[in-house]
Amino acid sequence: MSATLTATTLAELVEAVRSQHRLLAVGARTKSRLSQVPDGVTLLSTRSLRGIVEYEPEEFTFTAFAGTSVREISQVLAEKGQFLPFDPMWVDAGATLGGTVASGVSGPGRVRFGGVRDFILGVRFVDGQGRLLRMGGKVVKNCAGFDLPKFFVGSLGRFGVLAEVTFKVFPTPASRLTLKLSTSGVEAAARMLMDAANSRWELDALDLLPGGKTVCLRLAGPASALETLSREILARWPGQALSAAESDATWSELREFRWAHSGGVLVKVAITPTVVPSLDTAAHSLDGTRVHVSAGGNVAFISLSSSLQSAALHERLLSLGLPAVTLSGNAPLWCGTRTTPAIAGAVKQALDPQNRFPGLDD
Amino acid sequence: MSVALHGLAALLPPDRLLTRPEQLAAYESDALTAFCTRPLAIALPETTDEVIALVRFCHKERLPFVARGSGTSLSGGSLPLADGIVIALNRLNRILRLDPVQRIAVVEPGVINAQVSQAAAPHRLHYAPDPSSALICTIGGNVAFNSGGAHCLKYGMTANHVLGIKAVLGTGEVVEWGGPSRENIGPDWCGLFNGSEGLFGIALEITLQLLPKAECFHTVLAGYRTLEQAGDAVSAVVANGLLPGAIEIMDALALEAAVAAVHAEYPPGCGAVLIVELEGPRETLAVERVRLDEIIRASGPVEMRPARDADERLAIWKGRKSAFSAVGRLSPDFIVQDGVVPRRRLGEALRQIGQMASEAGVRCANVFHAGDGNLHPLILFDGRQPGALERAETLAGRILKLCIEMGGSITGEHGVGVEKLDYLSAMFNADEIACMTRLRAAFDPLCIANPGKKFPRAGAGHSSSHP
Repeated sequence: MSATLTATTLAELVEAVRSQHRLLAVGARTKSRLSQVPDGVTLLSTRSLRGIVEYEPEEFTFTAFAGTSVREISQVLAEKGQFLPFDPMWVDAGATLGGTVASGVSGPGRVRFGGVRDFILGVRFVDGQGRLLRMGGKVVKNCAGFDLPKFFVGSLGRFGVLAEVTFKVFPTPASRLTLKLSTSGVEAAARMLMDAANSRWELDALDLLPGGKTVCLRLAGPASALETLSREILARWPGQALSAAESDATWSELREFRWAHSGGVLVKVAITPTVVPSLDTAAHSLDGTRVHVSAGGNVAFISLSSSLQSAALHERLLSLGLPAVTLSGNAPLWCGTRTTPAIAGAVKQALDPQNRFPGLDD
Repeated sequence: MSVALHGLAALLPPDRLLTRPEQLAAYESDALTAFCTRPLAIALPETTDEVIALVRFCHKERLPFVARGSGTSLSGGSLPLADGIVIALNRLNRILRLDPVQRIAVVEPGVINAQVSQAAAPHRLHYAPDPSSALICTIGGNVAFNSGGAHCLKYGMTANHVLGIKAVLGTGEVVEWGGPSRENIGPDWCGLFNGSEGLFGIALEITLQLLPKAECFHTVLAGYRTLEQAGDAVSAVVANGLLPGAIEIMDALALEAAVAAVHAEYPPGCGAVLIVELEGPRETLAVERVRLDEIIRASGPVEMRPARDADERLAIWKGRKSAFSAVGRLSPDFIVQDGVVPRRRLGEALRQIGQMASEAGVRCANVFHAGDGNLHPLILFDGRQPGALERAETLAGRILKLCIEMGGSITGEHGVGVEKLDYLSAMFNADEIACMTRLRAAFDPLCIANPGKKFPRAGAGHSSSHP
C-alpha cells in the first residue's frame, strides 16, 4: 500500500507535488485500477480540496475544486434547475469531479449532447514541475491557447494534478420517461440501438442492459410530449414505460455499476453500434462475463468475474480492433488495441519533464 | 532558398507548384485582409501521401509551411510566411466515407463545411458546426481553429464533433487518433489537436459525427428599441429553462448593412434584433414554442415575427449569416473581433464598446452569438486613410482587454492567429504560455508548422506587411 498525502488548499496541493519525486493524484478511488501505482509512487488525495469556486446559473457554467464530489455539485445544480448532461457515474459511491475528468468516464446521458470532454471548459492543474497553471477558460465558448482540458479527459493523472475544473451545464429537462424494450437477442438489440439513435425522438439515453436483450431508452422534455413520443415508440417495439421509481432503480444500477461483479475486473471499451453483436459473442465466450452497452452502442462496460480472464479479453478485443482501459480490478491498465504516437514521450516531457507522475505505461 | 524550390519540384508536377508572382498574389492574404505576405511557393497536393511528403521535405529542409483551405480565417491563421510555402489543401476534397448507420463522415481536409451536411441530408443527418462561412470554409481549417457558429451553446464547437483525426505532425510523423466511436480511450489527443491553429501539423483525414436533423424548428425574430432590451430578453429566455439551438443579436449598424446587402427586412425603428431558434421533435416544440413566444412578448419588443414556414426561417438566417460580408458594403475595410464575455455582462460590454468606439471616432457594428456571450464587433475603417488601421487595431485591443477583465476570452471561435498575438499573454501568464510553447515543440520541434501564429515567432518581428 502506497503512502497517501492529502491537500486541502491549492497551496498545499502545489507543496505536495513539489515534495514528492513520484506521485499520482487520486480522488475518491471509486475506480480501483486507476489508483493502483508501482512501488515508490505516493498517492496524493485531492478529496479534501473541495468546494464550489464559482457558480452563476445564468452562465450555464460552474467552477469547482477537483475534489468536489459529483453528488455535491449535482445537488447544487439541481437547486437551480440545472445538471451535468454527460451523466457522471459512481455518484452515490462518491466520485469526485477530478476523478471523473481523469478517468474520462461518462454515463448513459452522453448519447444526447456528448461526454465529459464535451462539457469541460477549463482546468487549473499542477504540472510536473509543481507549477499551478490555468488552461481553457470559464466561458462556454473559448478557443484561446491549446485545449489541454480535453486532453486531460481520460489521461489518468499522468500529465498533471487537476486542481480546479470548469464545466458547462444545461437546464434540467422538464421531465423524463424511461422505456424498457425487449428484443429477441443481441443482434436485434443492436439494430434497435441504431434505429432509435437515428430517429426523430432525440433520446436522452439509449442503453443495452446487461443480459443483452433489453434496451433501455430515456426521453426528456415536456411531459405531454413524452407521452406521445413513448406511444409511438411502444407501437414500434414491444416494451413498457417505467414508473419513476423503476426508472430511478434502473439507471442508478447502471450508474453505480451494481450490475458488475464485485471484486472482478471492469473494463471500458470504445465501440460502434455495428460491433455490438460480435463484442457480445467475444465477451460471453469468457465464463460469467457481463456487458453493459451504453450511449447508443458507443461504449461498452465489461465486467469479468476474475482477473484471470483479462488476458483472454485483451486478445478478443485485439482481434476486434477495439481499444479499452481497465477501470477496476487487478489487471493491466490497457486492453485491446492501443496506439501511442511517437511524440507522446515529448508531450509527457513538456508537461512533466522529471517524470514525477507515472507514465501511461507504468 | 532555390534549393528548397528545387526539392519541391521533385515532389509535385510544375502545374501544382506555383511560384510566379501573379500566382502567389492570390494567396497573400486570408480573410484578415489588413495583413498580407508573399510566400516562396504554393504547393497544391492532391493526395494525403503528397501532403506527407511535403511536410517531411519541409522538416528535412527546415522550411516553414502554412496549411490553407479556403483562406477564410478572420484571425490571419493562414497568412503565408515570406520564407515559407503554402500547402493549399483544396484538392483534398473527398468525402471518403459517409456511414448513415453509425452517423459518421470521414473527410479530407479540403472538404467544404456545408458539403458535409449536404451529403448527409438524404439520410436526414447533418454536421452541426456552422460558421457563417460554411458555404466556403473547409473542415481542415475548422479543425485547426476549432470553429464555432451559431449553435455552440447547445452543440459545442468543431472539437465536439470531431471523433478521429489522421494527421501529419511537424516532425513528419503520421498519427491516427480516435476513430468512429463517440467514446475515447486514453488522453484525448484528438481534442488537443483541434484548435491548435496548424501549429501541430496538418489533418489529413477527419472523422466527424453527424446528428439527426431536428424534426422541427421554431425561429423568432424580435426587434427592440435598444441593445440592452434585446440582451435582457436573452437572460429571460435562459432563466426560463429553455435551451435554444441559437440566440443571435444584431445591432442597428449591422441591420443597416444586411438590409443593403440581401434586402433583409427588419421591423422599422429598431436598435437591435434578436433571433432565437428552438428545435426538436414536433411534440416537444409544440410546448416550448408557446413558452418562448410568451417570454419574448413579455420582453417588450417593438415587433415580434415568428417564422411561419421554412422560407421565412431561411430568410431570417440569410440576413444574419450575410452580416459580415454585408458590413463590407458600409466600409472598405473592417476587423471582426471575436471576444467572449460572461453572458450576464453582455449589456455592460456592449455599452462600453459603443463608448470606446465613439471616443476613438471609429464606427463599430455588432453581430453576436448572445447565447454564449461571443461578441463580434465589426470595426470599420478605410485602410487608405493614414492611421485608420492603427485606430481600428487600438480599439480592437481595448475590446479584447475588456473581455479579459470581465472574465471572458480573447477568442471564441476565430483563434489567435496573427491578429491577437499581442493578447494571449493578457489571458495566460508566462508559465502558462511557456507550457503551451513546450507542448507545441513536442509536436513541431523545428517550429516549421505555421510559425508566427498563436505565439510570436522566435527572433522575428511582425512578419506581415500592410497592402
